[in-house]
Formats: sequence, structure tokens, C-alpha cells
Amino acid sequence: MFTATPLNRRSYRNQSLAKAVFFLMTVVLVIPVLLIVGTLVVKGAPAISWEFLFTAPTDNMTAGGIFPALVGTIWLVVVALLASVPVGVAAALYLSEYAPDNLLTRTINLAIINLAGVPSIVHALFGFGAFVLFFRMGQSILAASLTLAIMTLPVVIVATRESLQAVPQAFREACWNMGATRWQTIRKVVLPNSISGILTGVILEVSRTAGETAPIMFTGAAMFVPFLPESVFDQTMAMSYHLYNVATQLTDVPEELTFGVALVLIAIVLMMNAVSIGFRVYLRGMKKW
Amino acid sequence: MAWYVDRAARVLVFVGGISAIVFIIGIFVFITKEGLDFVLGPLSLGEFFTSIAWRPTSNNPTYGALALIVGTASVTGFAMLFSVPLSLGAALFIAEFATGRTRETLKILVEMLAAIPSVVWGFVGMSIMNPLIIQVFDVPLGLGVLNAGLILGLMAAPIMTTIAEDALKAVPDTYREAAEALGATRWEVIVKVVIPASRNGLLAAVLLGVGRGFGETMAVLMASGHAINLPTSVFDSVRALTATIASELGDTVTGGAHWGSLFTLGILLFVVTFLINLTADIVVRGIRKK
Repeated sequence: MFTATPLNRRSYRNQSLAKAVFFLMTVVLVIPVLLIVGTLVVKGAPAISWEFLFTAPTDNMTAGGIFPALVGTIWLVVVALLASVPVGVAAALYLSEYAPDNLLTRTINLAIINLAGVPSIVHALFGFGAFVLFFRMGQSILAASLTLAIMTLPVVIVATRESLQAVPQAFREACWNMGATRWQTIRKVVLPNSISGILTGVILEVSRTAGETAPIMFTGAAMFVPFLPESVFDQTMAMSYHLYNVATQLTDVPEELTFGVALVLIAIVLMMNAVSIGFRVYLRGMKKW
Repeated sequence: MAWYVDRAARVLVFVGGISAIVFIIGIFVFITKEGLDFVLGPLSLGEFFTSIAWRPTSNNPTYGALALIVGTASVTGFAMLFSVPLSLGAALFIAEFATGRTRETLKILVEMLAAIPSVVWGFVGMSIMNPLIIQVFDVPLGLGVLNAGLILGLMAAPIMTTIAEDALKAVPDTYREAAEALGATRWEVIVKVVIPASRNGLLAAVLLGVGRGFGETMAVLMASGHAINLPTSVFDSVRALTATIASELGDTVTGGAHWGSLFTLGILLFVVTFLINLTADIVVRGIRKK
């Protein structure tokens, strides 16, 4: 009764063909990630040692380690987070808990998309014009971190807004019915139920911030600083800018060392990403509603 | 008391909310402020858009940005040529065919692709792709449109894949069920129902991918060869707008004409990405209204 007609057979063949082709396209897209990480590991691993991680570069940066760059990246990321997380969470709270559906809200959303879409080098120009010159911060960790903070603000806002909106509306209504104000509801019900989702977004932001180069090139990163930064007003080396320098600005840098720098940078970034992804998967399993 | 706290919180949160608008206006104001002297002074629009002579440091400086615009366009265009079909194909596979483990794994790999910093991409272009292109195609230099385009395509793929997947997921399952109930195969459902219904979202995904490629800086700087040149083949070196700012800003005199010319390139980049994002937003809003 259900024998396939030629038409049926052809459409089923099309279906399997489509599936195979789309699968192949996906594979072509993601294979390079594995190749790149693999090559960096193979070529960079011989350079990695405790000494490499914990000593400063020597011989005009053609030998020695990366310690000042590692420390500098930590400074930049921490200061950027201190600036962007409070603002980002506030923005997400406004959009998720307060904002009416009006022109202002649409404008805010458009601004967030644009903030994420503006080229990183334009953020660098802004950081230079605004923080370094206008606010007289000079080329410093502060100026570079604030530039990074504005650039990565959309990451925090979007992740936080998503996890706030995942809290069921009934939770809020129950709280309001007990006579709680909007803010009490947010503090006692909404935030505790979404804090882990917010953290996921923050970790993702760490990964983004650590890898950025263009925004810090002119605002606070230096090619070589013989000492570790002592305050936010110092210039600093950074992993990403260090990779740019050893790869393009300097000659006679042994290949192994350059690959080592790239490996450490990508390891930091991917580890942070893995933590963020793992966290998210774990949370999904924990979900009570 | 609680009422006052509530009011204060409302104000603080509102300030956070409008911060994004403040920052985007701030960016425009500050780059315009630094570029204004140049725009009103030495800039000649005719020269800027039609001459390829970008010689800001010569005694008789000329500011022709045509080669830089063509450089950016050729690299982004080449990138999109393979990245758009691959990304949309990947989005279709992940959203419509893949299930369970496969789906999760692919999504994580796409996220990893997005996570690789642009300076690492640039380094990959210089140290892995460059020798590879020289060897495979037997050309003297592997840094150019091909190298930078391949890298840019891979960099722009995750945003296109993710947004396209969201657009496909937004098509209600009842549409698919209705089509399947009429005897359509999965393939027919995709072609005749899902793609038409998510057309605007897919278009927005492509636009955002273009914007991503257009604004990329470090990877293009390192992989494109950075030579002022109108390319005639994919092996030619080119120079991008973004890369020009990154490589020259450090050597300029603050407030000088060269300095101002780089901020003017910044204004151009800002305006174009703004228009791309605005269009994407309008296109997406179009579907929501329906």
C-alpha cells in the first residue's frame, strides 16, 4: 500500500543529499579550529616552561619569558571587568525588568548592537581621543581597560539580560504579591536565580577582553616595559600585543618562542571559554523550572 | 525606606540602561572631534575617494583612500564569497538536521571559532597560511587577498551561523508540522517553508557577518600584506582601512594632518558599520512585526 513512487524516492534522496552536504559545510567551517589549535600546540609546546611563563623577555625580546605580558593582561582584564560588569548588569536589569517597549528601549538595543559592531580600531581611536587625551589619563592601564570595557559591554549586557529573562515571570509576581517593591524583588528573587547565568557572561567577557589587541595598542599597551605595573596609571605589556610585536615588529625572534606566545594566549582564551560553556551546560542540567 | 531604595535603584539602573547610547554617541563625537580639523582643512573628497595615492608622510602629502577602500572591499568580498554559503549551510544543519550530541559538539566548535583572538588569526595567516599558499600555488608571497579573505571568512562565520540558526529556530514548529503532514520531506520543508519564513533573519545574519569582516583589524593587518595596491588577482597584497589606522597612528603627531586623516578613516568605518547594523536591525524588526 505504501510503496514509494519515483517522486517519493527522489525527494528522499534529495533529503539525504542535503543533509550530507550541509554536514560537510559545517565540518569545513569547524575543522580549521582544530587544525589551528593543533598546530599551535605542536609548534608552541616546546617553548613552554615555568621559566617561560615566569620570567621577563631578554635580549631585545628574542629570548626569555612572557611574565610581564601575562601580568599586564591580568591587570587589563580585571580593571575592565570592574568598570563594565556593574554598568552592564545595570543596563541588563533596566532592559529586562523596567524598560517599557518604546522608542528609547529600541534605541538602547540598537546602541548595544552598534557597540558590538563598531570596528575594534574605531574603539581604539575613541579610547585615545577620549581617555588618553581628553580625560588626561595618558597611555595607561586605566585608559586601555576603559576602552576594553566599553567594547565588551555588549557581551555582559546580552548574557545578563538573557539569564534575567529566563527567570519565570511568576516568581516576580509572587514576590510583588507579598508587597515587595520592584527592587526588593530583583535583589531577593531575580538576581539570586540568575547569578550563575550572569557569571557565565562575565567569564565569556574575560575571554574576549584578554584577546583584544587593537583597542589597547595606543591606549596603554607598550612593546616592552622592564618592570611590572604598580598602579592603573602605568603602561603595561599585554599578551595579545606581545604576540603582535614578536610576530611582526621584531626580527630574529625564534619561531618556537613566537608559537609559544600564541599558544599561551589561545590557551587562556579557550580555557575561559571552556569554563563558560561548561558552566552553562551544568546550569541547564540544574534548572528547576 | 524601601520606597526610597526602590527609587534610587530605578534611577541607577536607568543610567546603566542608557549608557550604551551615551557611549555610542561619545564614540562618534570624539572621533569626529579629532578628525574635524582634517575634514574641514586638507581633505578633498574627490581625492579621498578617487585617488590611490595614500602618502600622508610625504612632503607634499596626498590622502587618496581608494586603494584602502578597495582593499577592505576585496578582502571582505572574497571572505563572504565562501563564508556566507558555508555559514548558512552550517546553520541549516545545526538547526534542522543535527540532534543531541552532534548538535552540541558543533555548536561548541563554532563558539571556539568565535573565541580565537584576531591577533592569533593574523599570526596563523603569517606563519601557517603564508608558507602554505606559497607552496600550493607557487607564488612569491602568500600574504594577500586570498590569505586575509580565508581568515576573515572563518572569523565572520560564527556570527553568521549563530544568528542564522536563531532565525531558523524562530520559525514556529507548527509550520514544519503542517508541511510534513502534507507529505513534504525535511528538505522540502526547509526549502519551501523554513527558508522563506526566516528570510529576513538570514539576511540580517549575512549583514552582520559583512560588518564583522569589514571592521576586522589585526588579522587583516597581518595577513593582507599591507601594500597599497589595487588588486588584480587573489594573490595580490592589499591594504585595509582598519589596518592603515592600526599601523600608522603610533607614528603620527597628535593633532596633525596625518593624525586627522586617520580619524577621518575612523569616521568612515564608524558610519558604514552603523549603517550596516541599522539595516540589519530594520530587516529583523520587519519579521517581528508580521
